[in-house]
Amino acid sequence: MGVHIAPKPPTGSSRQEEVCCGSPPEPESSRFEKPGFALLDFVEEFVQTPAGAVPRVKTALQWSDRAGTVKVRLGIKRDQYKIAPGLYCVGTPNSKAPVLVTANYKLTFDILRRELRSMSAWILVIDTRGINVWCAAGKELFSTAEVVRRVKLAEVEKVVTHNQLILPQLAATGVAAHQVKKESGFKVIYGPVRAKDLPKFLTNGLKSEQSMRHVTFSTMERLILIPVELAHLPKPSLWILLTAFAISGIGTHVFSFSAAWVRGIMLAITYAAGILSGAVATPLLLPWIPGRSFAVKGAIIGVLSAAGIVALFRSDLQLLGALALMLCTTAISSYLAMNFTGSTPYTSPSGVEKEMRKAIPLQAVALLVALIAWVGSAFAG
Amino acid sequence: MENFRYLPGVTTLKLNEKECVGCGMCQIVCPHGVFFLKNKKARIYDLDGCMECGACAKNCPTDAIGVSPGVGCAGYIIQTWIKGKNAAACSSVECC
Repeated sequence: MGVHIAPKPPTGSSRQEEVCCGSPPEPESSRFEKPGFALLDFVEEFVQTPAGAVPRVKTALQWSDRAGTVKVRLGIKRDQYKIAPGLYCVGTPNSKAPVLVTANYKLTFDILRRELRSMSAWILVIDTRGINVWCAAGKELFSTAEVVRRVKLAEVEKVVTHNQLILPQLAATGVAAHQVKKESGFKVIYGPVRAKDLPKFLTNGLKSEQSMRHVTFSTMERLILIPVELAHLPKPSLWILLTAFAISGIGTHVFSFSAAWVRGIMLAITYAAGILSGAVATPLLLPWIPGRSFAVKGAIIGVLSAAGIVALFRSDLQLLGALALMLCTTAISSYLAMNFTGSTPYTSPSGVEKEMRKAIPLQAVALLVALIAWVGSAFAG
Repeated sequence: MENFRYLPGVTTLKLNEKECVGCGMCQIVCPHGVFFLKNKKARIYDLDGCMECGACAKNCPTDAIGVSPGVGCAGYIIQTWIKGKNAAACSSVECC
């Protein structure tokens, strides 16, 4: 006679103590996982529709989404941040729910779904090759043909009983509303510029107020563009700095390494001041800097910081050297500021070309004179 | 956008009021409020606000609007000068 003692099942805590098999197990596989496919973080579940299973996406962003946003804002693999085109949904949309059309740049998609919390809608993501709405429209990727093609591929007509598509207003550069109607039967309604105005637009009977139709360029909107402005500078900067150190060594002893070092550092700091003036200060202070041309705005900030540079090195500089550093900072700042035109929402190509034709020769001459003056100052000193 | 005005007198935008049917699409798609509708005809209200994005011309059902569209991007324009219009790409440019 003995008392039978059932063996105790292993508990979580006893497993946790084990060193060999690591931390406790993750939850079991989701029922939506499929061999050969990866289930994306932002998908909550799949809903069955007459056009097949449609992913319902989360409207709250997660850490993985935010980390991705930070990465592309820093310019890291910015052109490879995309999601699969096709039909998605938020909330519990029915056959009368609106169909919102958007680009397949993940940053765009994230902003859209975040603004749709507590709403029910279908989201038709078209293939813009991972480029945002406005840029894709300008490149004819967010186009009439692509919208029509995706409406047909996704079988939108099986999912909704109406024939309306809501497109972001900035897609209008690439999409002809009347052509979409002719080719697909769907009527294009242009929604607001910014996704944050969508809930208001949808509850207002698909009407945008004036302010929802116009682009803005706030300090915050300019600030987030700066890292990308800087991200493509390291490569050319390497060559520029090597040249700067090399020419700084030229002098009465033909070439002096100590001069290359001492005077090279002055030139490198001058270069850095030019970058800060043209690619950071000018974008940030844009509306308050006098002038309309970006090259002029950049030159103004450049002259101001050049004055600071000359004051900093005043004990080591003569007139010729000071002139060289002034011209250098001003030209670099002017050039980089001019390049910021591509990131603004209000510069016309005719205007940019006009200012470039005037500014580039002046920037080149300024830089050339700066080089000659810098080398000359080594002989004059 | 009142704080942001670019070079005046440069835009290629043209409106042929005779062709206009007053649908109002130009007023809807313009991101800078260049157009407004008066007596069922589109009028240009702020010509120098135009950035030549081309949305109005693209969505005009009667082709009453003409503009030479493009991106106002110095980096891109430099590429078109060096490589020609077709080979120019935005990949090395920060904007698009």
